Amino acid sequence: MNPSLLEARQLVVEIGGRCVVNQLDLAVAAGERVAILGRNGAGKSTLLSTLAGLRKPAGGAVLLDGEDCTLMPPRQAALRRAWLGQFQADPFGSTVLETALTGRHPHLGRWDWETTHDAELARGAIKAVGLDGMEQRQIHTLSGGERQRLAIATLLTQAAPLYLLDEPLSHLDLNHQMAVLELFAGAARDCGAGVIMVLHDPALAHRFCDRALLLYGDGRTECAAVDDILTAKTLSELYGYGLRQLQDGNHRCFIPE
Amino acid sequence: MPSRQRAFLILASLCLLAVASFGLALLVGSFKVAPAEVLAALLGQEGGAGDVVLQLRLPRALAGFACGGLLALAGALMQVLLRNPLADPYVLGISGGAGVGAMFAMLIGLPILGINGLAFAGALGAMFLVFGLAHGDGSWTQTRLLLTGVIVAAGCGALVALMLSIAPDTKLRGMLFWLMGDLAQAGSSWPPLLALAIALALAIPFARELNLLARGLMQAQALGVAVNRLRYAIYLLASLATAASVTTAGSIGFVGLIVPHLVRLATGNDQRLLLPASVLAGGSLLVLADTLARTVIAPQQLPVGVLTALIGVPVFLFLLSRQAK
Repeated sequence: MNPSLLEARQLVVEIGGRCVVNQLDLAVAAGERVAILGRNGAGKSTLLSTLAGLRKPAGGAVLLDGEDCTLMPPRQAALRRAWLGQFQADPFGSTVLETALTGRHPHLGRWDWETTHDAELARGAIKAVGLDGMEQRQIHTLSGGERQRLAIATLLTQAAPLYLLDEPLSHLDLNHQMAVLELFAGAARDCGAGVIMVLHDPALAHRFCDRALLLYGDGRTECAAVDDILTAKTLSELYGYGLRQLQDGNHRCFIPE
Repeated sequence: MPSRQRAFLILASLCLLAVASFGLALLVGSFKVAPAEVLAALLGQEGGAGDVVLQLRLPRALAGFACGGLLALAGALMQVLLRNPLADPYVLGISGGAGVGAMFAMLIGLPILGINGLAFAGALGAMFLVFGLAHGDGSWTQTRLLLTGVIVAAGCGALVALMLSIAPDTKLRGMLFWLMGDLAQAGSSWPPLLALAIALALAIPFARELNLLARGLMQAQALGVAVNRLRYAIYLLASLATAASVTTAGSIGFVGLIVPHLVRLATGNDQRLLLPASVLAGGSLLVLADTLARTVIAPQQLPVGVLTALIGVPVFLFLLSRQAK
């Protein structure tokens, strides 16, 4: 059997000495989509960056393709997973195309320049997020939502088999939220990509993910298929606010009481 | 991203600029030398006016080019390291440390070699001081590095002011010229030229990684850059380049701040082009400024640092006001 794209073994994550994830075991296979839900400050982003190997775990290990990611050269890790951060700071100017092309970095040797093939991949990714025609725009002139979609295009250009997305829907309007989720659902379905994303809307998590991982913020975690775990009862406890579940065909919707 | 051809064209035209600046530096001066004589001297014919060109003007122009190139390179690297377009090679206290060393050497009357030696030692001292203090518990944030550097620079400034105020009048002029940056004191031009070649050769292979670093630490790490190692290397490289330049010609201001900005405006922010282009542009600029410095009120010479600042301030203010829009 192939090793999972990502595996967390007895993973412990701490923020400033406070344990937010205690002994988490999680395996993500090709084509699988996992949502991470929890309150503000519950450690969702910290867990995600630990899973990406950008932060040392306080205990346990994260394996990418069966190899410990803390022992892996950064470039090897970049070929196995792509990570979308919450913030994009741009102190220097750059064009949309240049920014998307940075995703090719792990694929290029030290002396290589980006080829026309790389440029095609970047243009394809820019088109996929609906920014086509803006390739030469300066990133400072983009709106927040456009900047977010460009960050996603950079991720697509990186073409790693596993996507770790920290709030991929931030700054996006409704149609682009759906487009981005459809995009990653398609990548999972057609290319066998694994997707782990931090989401705030349990209804979207139910609709676009196979499993959900709930972080309670005190070290407790819970992971199960979305149909079983995304219920009014567990979510009310998770968010500490009463929620009511409405069903519309296969779609679930949760409204505050 | 500039294409390879465009990068080549830009670098070729900057090379022409460098050659032109050397031509001017060799031709112009209080002692008139005809172009034919300059050419003859360069081709190895001895005698007459050729000596002025070979013994005085050429070494000074070479040293100026090397210092300008080193400063521009260090400035470009510091701007990426601190992810702050307003950083310059002196922001982290390197020139302050060198200044303290040089002022002390002048105060106790050491010869030129002693001044250079103590200046270099002071620069290294400041570099390790900032590095050690900012590194501290291992969290090496930009803010902490910047603050530590600025404070160390301020401390060095105070020491320099102290030494200036107790220095005898006879030494004051030399000390002030050193502080403003002056190529007349440059000795052999080989050490800075060698330093420039080595620094550029070390920086260029990491240019694409620097592009990513400029976009953010986590971002760069996620895309496969060994961020911590790269940042240490860049810090050391930029500091040593600055130290080499400051030791040669004192703290010449504004070249390291202005030149990367000008080049960035013209070519974009791809370090693969920006670093070599900054070296060529910075070197040429300093050669031109120094030619101006020794001719504008000849036979008296101005310290070149005064001219780069006089040119640099309005250019920088202009750039800043453009950026705000």
